[in-house]
Amino acid sequence: MSAARPPSVLSATRAVLYKELTLERRAPQTLTAMALFCASAFVIFHFALGRNEVEGALAAGVLWVTLALAALLGIGRSFVADREEGGLDGFLLAPAPRTALLVAKATTLLIFLLIIGFFASVIFSVLLLGPTPNASQWASLALLIVLADLGIALVGTLIAGIAIQTRARDLITSILALPLLIPLLIAVTKASEPLLTVGGGTLAWRWLALLGLYDLIFGLLAYALFDYLVED
Amino acid sequence: MASTEPAVVCSGLVRRYGERRALDGIDLTLEQGQTLVVFGPNGAGKTTLLRVLSTLLRPSEGNASLLGSDLRKEGWKVRSQIGFLGHQSLCYGDLTARENLRYHARLHGIGGAAARIEAVLEQTQLSDRGDERVFGYSRGMLQRLAICRAVLHEPQVLLLDEPRSNLDPAAIEQVEPLIGAAVGRTRVIASHDPAGGLAEANLVLGLRNGAATLLAPAEQVSTEQIAELYR
Amino acid sequence: MPTTKSLYGRRLPGYAIATAIVLTASIGLAFFYAPIEADQGFSQKIFYIHVPLAIVTLGGFIFGGIFGIQYLRSGDTRHDLRSYTAIHQGLIFCIGALITGSIWGKAAWGQWWVWDEPTLVSFLIVFLLYCTYQPLRFSIEDPERQARYAAVFAVVAGAFVPINFIAVRLASPLIHPRVLSSSGDSLPGDMRIAFYSALVGVTLLFITICKYEMSSKHSRAQLAALRRSLGGDGDEPAAARSAAPRIALK
Repeated sequence: MSAARPPSVLSATRAVLYKELTLERRAPQTLTAMALFCASAFVIFHFALGRNEVEGALAAGVLWVTLALAALLGIGRSFVADREEGGLDGFLLAPAPRTALLVAKATTLLIFLLIIGFFASVIFSVLLLGPTPNASQWASLALLIVLADLGIALVGTLIAGIAIQTRARDLITSILALPLLIPLLIAVTKASEPLLTVGGGTLAWRWLALLGLYDLIFGLLAYALFDYLVED
Repeated sequence: MASTEPAVVCSGLVRRYGERRALDGIDLTLEQGQTLVVFGPNGAGKTTLLRVLSTLLRPSEGNASLLGSDLRKEGWKVRSQIGFLGHQSLCYGDLTARENLRYHARLHGIGGAAARIEAVLEQTQLSDRGDERVFGYSRGMLQRLAICRAVLHEPQVLLLDEPRSNLDPAAIEQVEPLIGAAVGRTRVIASHDPAGGLAEANLVLGLRNGAATLLAPAEQVSTEQIAELYR
Repeated sequence: MPTTKSLYGRRLPGYAIATAIVLTASIGLAFFYAPIEADQGFSQKIFYIHVPLAIVTLGGFIFGGIFGIQYLRSGDTRHDLRSYTAIHQGLIFCIGALITGSIWGKAAWGQWWVWDEPTLVSFLIVFLLYCTYQPLRFSIEDPERQARYAAVFAVVAGAFVPINFIAVRLASPLIHPRVLSSSGDSLPGDMRIAFYSALVGVTLLFITICKYEMSSKHSRAQLAALRRSLGGDGDEPAAARSAAPRIALK
C-alpha cells in the first residue's frame, strides 16, 4: 500500500478549490455571464429610470440589485459541473472531510463575486454614477463588497447544495436566495448610500455590524447543515 | 486491515426510493479476496446495491458492513478501502486525465501519487493522451480512465458496475491487471454477461425487483439459472 | 404492516372545545369589555386578532425549526411531520396576520400598505421566504431526502427570522408613533386581559388545526396501508409526487 491517509480539511479544500478554478479558467462561462449581466443591467437601468446619472439611495439600489441578481447566476452554476459526470460522487467516495466541499465551493463563489463586484463597481461608476467617490469612500465600498459577498457566498453555497438535488434547480435557487438575501441587501444598500452621494458621507458602523452578524450566522448554519445536504 | 473479517456483510438490507423498494432484504456474506457477481435485469437493484456498499447511499433498513465497519455509522472509516466504478466516469470533462487523477489522489490523501498515476495510465494505454481534456475522449477511453480512478488508491474492495462495458477486447486485456481476479482483491461485480460473469465469480447473487432470488457458490450455478433471471 | 394503533388525534375534540370557548370569550372581551381606544376608535379592535396571529405565526416557524433540528438528529419522520405542519399552518396564519395588518393600516393610516411599520414589513419578507417551503418539498421526489432538505430549510429559515427583524427595524425611520407595542406590555389592564385571552385562543386554534392536520394525514396513511394489505402489494398505484411528509407506520 502507498501511504494513504485521509486528507485534512485544508488539503481537501485546496484540491477542490484548485479543481474549481481550473474548470472556470478552462471554460470561463460563469464569470463572463455574470459580467455581461451586470453591464446589460446598467444599460437597462439607464433607460428604465430615464437617468444619465444616479446617486445616493438610487445608486446603491441599482448597484446592489444588479450584483444580487448576478450572484444568482453564479449560485445556479455552482454545482453544475459536479452533476455532469458524477463529480460530486467522486468527492463523496473519497475519505475527505465534507466541510472541505463547503469551504471550497463558498470560496470559489466568493472569488467570483469579488471579481464581479469590483468589475461592476468600476463599470457602474463610469456609466451611471453621478458623484465621484474619493479614495476613502472607495475603500469603504470595497469593505462592503467583501462583507456582503462573503454572506452571499455562504448563503449561496447552502442554497446551491439544496437546489442541486431538486428537479426545478434554477427556480428553487432564485426563490430561496432572494428572500434569504433581503437582510443582507438592506444592510449593504443602506451602508452604500452615503458613499454614493454628492458631498459624500462615511460608513455607518451598525450596518457593518449587521453584515458581520449575517455572515457569522449563515456561516455557522452552513457549517452545521451542509453535511446533511451532500450525504445520502 | 484485519484479515479475518468478512469483506462484505449484508443483513436484511433494504433501500427504498419513496414507496419502492430497490433492495428488499438482502442477506449475504462475502469473504475477503472473493468475487461476488450480481446478475439481474435492469432495475433489479444491482446499481443500488453497489451504491449502498460504496457509502453513496445509506441503507433504509437492515445493516451493511464492509471490512467490519458498519456503513451506516462508520462509512468514513472504509472509504479509503473502496474502489467504486459506476456508470459515470466521475471525471470532469474540462480537466485532463492526469488532472482528474491528481484531483482524486489528493482527495484520497495518497502520497507519491505521480508515479501511481503514470503506472495506471500506462497500463490502460492512456499515457499519450493523458494531457488532453477528458471532454474529447471516446466512451471506451472514458471507461478506462474511470477504472484508473477507481483503483488509484489501491482499495481492498472493488465495487464494479458493468466494468467491461464500452471496452473492446484489447482494452479488456489491458484493464485485467487492475480489476481482474489476479489482483486478489475482494470484488463485487454487477454484470449482464452470464458466461463471463460466472467464470470469474466465487459467489453469485441473482436479483429481481430488489429481492435475492438466487444466492449460491458459483460452482453450483449454471448459466441457464442466470438466464432464467432475465425472463 | 398496517397498524391497529388507536387513532392519532384522540385529544383533538378536547382541544377543539377549548379553542371554541376561549376564542368566543376573547371576542366577547375584545368587543364588550375592552374600552374603545382613544386615538384609533373602534378599528383598533383588529389588534386583538392581528397581534396574536402574528405572534403565533412566529411561534409556528420557530417550532418548525426546532422540529427540523430534531428530525436531522433522529431521522424520525414524526418530527418531519410536526415541522411540516407547524410551518404549513404558520404560513396560513401569516397570511392572516398580513391581511389583518393591512386592514388595520387602512383604518389607522388610510393606506392598505405602509412601509414604515417594520414589523409588518418583516412579516412580508418572512412570508416570502416560507412560501418557498412547499415548492422546495415538491421538487424533491425521494421522501427521505425531501424530509432532510425541508428540515435544513426549516432551521435556516428559523434563524433567518430574527436577523431579518433586526435588519428591517434598523432600516425603518419609525415615523409613526407606536401607540401599541406588539408585546402588549404597555396596554391598560382591561385591554391586556382581552389581548391575552385572544392570544391564548389563537394559540389553541393553531394547536388544534395542527393536530387536526397531523391526524388527518395519519388516518390517510393508515387507510392506504390497510388497502394495500387487503389488495396485495402489486395493486397499489405508485404514490403520487407530493410535498407532504411520508408517514411511516410502525
